[in-house]
Formats: sequence, structure tokens, C-alpha cells
Amino acid sequence: MQRLRSAAAALFGGGTGTVFALLIVILAGIFAMNPGFFEGPSLMAFLKQAAPLVILAAGQYFVIVSGNFDLSVGALVGAQVVIAARLIDGEESRTVPVLLVMLAFGLTVGLVNGLITTVLKVQSFITTLGMLLVLYGAIRLWTGGAPTGALSEAFRKVGRHGIDDVPLVGQIPWALLVMLAVGAGAILLMRTRFGRIVMATGDNDLAAALSGARVATVRTAAFVLSGLSATIAGVLIGGFAGVSAQVGEGLEFTVITEVVLGGVALGGGRGTALAAMAGALAIEALFTLFNQMALPATLRPTVQGAIIIAAVAYAARQRTRPAAVTAPATVSPS
Amino acid sequence: MRTLNTTALSSTAMIYLALAGVLAVGGAAVALDGGNLFATANLVDMLTRTSLTGFLAIGMTLVILCRSLDLSVGYTAALSSLVAATTMDGQAANIPLAIGAVLLVAGLIGAANGAIIAFLKVNPFIATLGTGLIIKGYLDTEYKGPAGDVPAAFQQFGYTRIAFVPVSALVMLAVAGAAIWYLRSTRTGHHMYAVGGDIDVARMSGIRTTRVLLTAHVLCGMAAGVAGLLLAARFGTGSAEAYTNLYELDAIAAVVLGGTLLLGGKGGVAGTVAGVAILAVLDTVFNVMQIDPFAKDVLRGVVIIAAVALYARRQLDRTARRPRFAISEGRA
Repeated sequence: MQRLRSAAAALFGGGTGTVFALLIVILAGIFAMNPGFFEGPSLMAFLKQAAPLVILAAGQYFVIVSGNFDLSVGALVGAQVVIAARLIDGEESRTVPVLLVMLAFGLTVGLVNGLITTVLKVQSFITTLGMLLVLYGAIRLWTGGAPTGALSEAFRKVGRHGIDDVPLVGQIPWALLVMLAVGAGAILLMRTRFGRIVMATGDNDLAAALSGARVATVRTAAFVLSGLSATIAGVLIGGFAGVSAQVGEGLEFTVITEVVLGGVALGGGRGTALAAMAGALAIEALFTLFNQMALPATLRPTVQGAIIIAAVAYAARQRTRPAAVTAPATVSPS
Repeated sequence: MRTLNTTALSSTAMIYLALAGVLAVGGAAVALDGGNLFATANLVDMLTRTSLTGFLAIGMTLVILCRSLDLSVGYTAALSSLVAATTMDGQAANIPLAIGAVLLVAGLIGAANGAIIAFLKVNPFIATLGTGLIIKGYLDTEYKGPAGDVPAAFQQFGYTRIAFVPVSALVMLAVAGAAIWYLRSTRTGHHMYAVGGDIDVARMSGIRTTRVLLTAHVLCGMAAGVAGLLLAARFGTGSAEAYTNLYELDAIAAVVLGGTLLLGGKGGVAGTVAGVAILAVLDTVFNVMQIDPFAKDVLRGVVIIAAVALYARRQLDRTARRPRFAISEGRA
């Protein structure tokens, strides 16, 4: 009985467990509308499409839990896709070198975000907003407004194809495997010493610093991880959707929504990587549900906005009650 | 009281000094290029650019001072332009009604933001992102294109100017003046600083913090409504597409450029006006020198980060002297 009650509390308490309850409800809704969705191929197609967002959510999770924001991920994803197209320019042999260039670029952007935030003490909102503008402008400046070049087949493989002829599911997309690897990596990383320090830093950076944690290093590392996740997501999105000037636009707000839906508190120190990624899956599943209910796509933002407010309000209600004095009711992330 | 005035003055003065510096460097650069930054056409361009961001940034200053944020102002402005244009419907007689309707709708959106933040304890970033998305969905679904018709009489608001000063910029400066007076001379204005400084201390000192937050958000919403009126006057019609310009990010950039702390409790509208002006001067300089518009985004990003890094440096020295404590004490 006790266990049952604590399980119920975990599911409906407004913390990280709630997102799984929400995910199950949405999936049940999809099943009710269209039982065929859970047959191998269409489920795999859904996961292939959701994979980049789950990966971005994992990266954003580290930044948010350490007490910051990363508003530059959408622009970084767009930049990576455009860089890939321009440098590869259809030549198969350039695929691997360009991937290395993209990796270096993504890590550098994360590092710069982290250093400006920690060393120059600029709030991450402003740092990454500035980075968003810089990346947006620089990429268009470099390409003259419209992306040029083309991706190679090998490059597009990861986002588009998978292991074929698997019994039951048909095809296991590479994107799904990448997503699982990144997800497992994020969860394991949070269990290491580094992960604990990230969490402690987001919860109370002063206390963490006084306990000997290298707060600045950890926060910078979180930004680098976000840059890495944006790079991986860029490879997948570029392969899946191809090259256009709009790739990645507005993605940062979707990703932050998803992470917060996973019960990760803005301001840091609360929430798990698994729940953040589940939040991403929940939002993507919700969009699938809309499609099946034939709701106009233009209504998506409205429902997304209502859900995110409701979810956070629900979580806040639970948290302020038991410990009204100690709980920081409105923690603004720095 | 005296320490407060001197520090506030010096930090605002620094921003106006920076504005003068940007004007001087920009003027010199344009002169080297063979142009004149201070020619009438360029001055008009510069001042025209200030008004729209100005309205949004003034409202944004109030909420940021309360340690809140409003990411929905761009959507509110777009919706307001539609409300204005459809209510006017080409009839000059409907103008007062339309202005009233816009202020009501925009104020209600602000009130909703404030209520979600103050009563439901939702983080302002999420709350206003959410309301913004809700409005976006409504606009996308209901308005496929421009709607409504703004009578010529009201379009004057967008185009008339006295000498080289556009009327819209004058109205913006008047609103800024009113906001400065409000923050300096009214009780609620002072309470906004207190709430932004430390909401718990403010509450324990007897300030009705929810009421202050609500007021700030309603005023911010109404300022966005005025920006929407200006959009309608300029376009001659209501435009849902206006939100794609990400005005809210411009406004936040102008506010922090103007020296208001994103963490609340410190800053003011005078600085914000200078921040808006700096961005407008940069835009005009780029325009006159025909620099690639995308380079503008790059430089804008760098300027914003650099400015805040500079302020952060000053702020570090000052936290040692606990300025927030001094403010609430001096004002109480």
C-alpha cells in the first residue's frame, strides 16, 4: 500500500514522474485514434522523427539543470546543416572531414557560450541570445542569404536510413540508435561525479562552490554538451529533412518547453535526464495525436502553450505546499 | 538617498555616454564613407526605428525590474494591430473605440501573464512563452493574411513628423517620460524595485507583491498594445505576420543594453530609451553604409553580449556595497 501510494505520488506529484503519466495518456490517445500506430514501421517512423528533439533535450537538460539557458541551439542546428551542405557540396569523400569540422564548431560554440557566461558573468539568457543573433547572421552572411551546396548520400544516411529487414519492425532507423546512445550517455553521465556536481551547482551554486566544486568549469562543460547535442541533432535533421534556410528556427523554445515539461526546473538543480527526454517524446507524440485528430497544424502552438503553462503550474502547486518557506517559489534562472 | 541618486545617475549617464560614443563613431564612419549620418533623412530613419522597439522596451523594463520577463509582447503587438485595424474598418469615427479595444485586449493579456506568474507561480519565461504560443496559434488559425483597414487619419500616427521628429517617436518619448515619473514618484513604482530586488523581503515588508507583478504585466501588455497600434498605422492594415520579427528579443536586448539588470531590482526607463537609441543608430549606420543586413545581426549579438559583460564587471564591484539594500532602505 505504501509503495503504491509513493508510486502514485511519483506519477502525479508534478515532479519528474508526471511526464511519464502524460506520455502514457497521449500514447493511449493515439492508440485509441489509430491502433495501427504501434505497428513496427509507423512507430519507427515516429521515433526517427522525434530522435533529434530527444537528443537536443538531453543537451539542453545539462544546461538547464546547471542553472542556465541555451537559446542558441536552434540557430546552431541551422548553422551546422548549412555548413555541412556548403563544405560537402555533394562530394562523398568529404563526409568524414566535414563531420569533424562540424563537431569542432559545435563544441567551440558551446565553449564560447560557457566561457562568456561563467568568466564574463553575462547571464546565459543574454549570452545565448547574442550567440543566436551572431550565428543567424554569420551563416547567412557566409552563404549570401540562401544555403548553397548539397549533402552527400553518406551524410544523409544517418538521418534517413536504418538497419533494414528486421523482423516485426521492418527497419530500425540509425537515428533511433543514436538517440538511445545519447540518452544512455546522458543518464550515465548524470550518475558520475560530474553529474552530481552539475546538479549541486544548479541547486545552489554558492554552496557547491564552497564545497569545492568547480562551478564555472561544470557550467561551461554543460554548454559544451549542449553544443555537442545540437551538432548530432543537426546531422540527423539535415539527413532527414534536407537543407533549407529555416532549419532549426524556433527550435530552442520547443526544446526548452520539452525539458521543462519533463519536470526539470528552470533555475536548475531539479529533474532527471530521462524525464527531460520523455518530455521531448511527449510533445512529439502530442503533435502526432493532433495530426490524427486532423486538427489544423496552426493550432499546435496554442495547445503547446496551454500544456506547458498547465504542467509547470501543476508542478509549482505541488512544490510550494509542503515547504512553503524554503521552496524558492519563483526562481529566475540566471 | 544621496548615494542612490548618484549611483543611478552615473550608470544612466554612462549609457548616454555610450550612445554619444556610438553616434560619434557611427557619424565618423559614415562621413569617411562619403555620407552624412546627421542628414535629415537619416535622422528621420533613426528616430522612426526607435518608436516601435521603444514602446515594447518601456513595458519590458517594468516587468524586468520586477524580476519577471515577457516573451509574449511580439505576439500581443501583432494581435493588437489586427484588433485595431478590424475595429477601425476604414472609419475615422471608430478610432477611439479601436484604441480602447486594443488597450483592453493587450491589458488583459498582460493581466493573464501576471496572474499566471503571481498566483500559479509559473516561471515567467515559461508563462509568457506559453501565452505567446497560445496567441500565435490563434493568429495562425484565424488570420491567413492581413485583415482590417486603417483610415488615413490614423495612418498619420505612423507617418507624420514635426520637422525631422516623427510623431510616433514623440509619443514614445512621452510614454517613456510617464514611465520614468511612475517609477520614481509612485508607490507602486517603488515597489517594483523592491519586488525585483527580493520578492520575499518585499512581501515581508508589507508589499502586496502579487498586485505589483500584475500591474507591471498589465502595463507591459498595454505598451505592447500601443506598439500594435503603431504597426497598424504603418502598414495600413492589421498584420499577424508581425510576430515573425521577434520584437520581444529586440526589446529585451534594448532593456539590458540600457543597464537594467535581467535579475531585476535595478535599472530604469531612461537607460532603456538610450538602449533603444543605440540599436537604432547602429541600424541606421548599417543602412546608410549599405552593409549586409546579416552583418547587422552578427554585430548586434556581439554588442549586446559585450555591453552586458561590461555591466557585469561594474556590478561585481557594486554587489560588495549591497546596492539593493541601499535602494529599498533609501526609498522606504
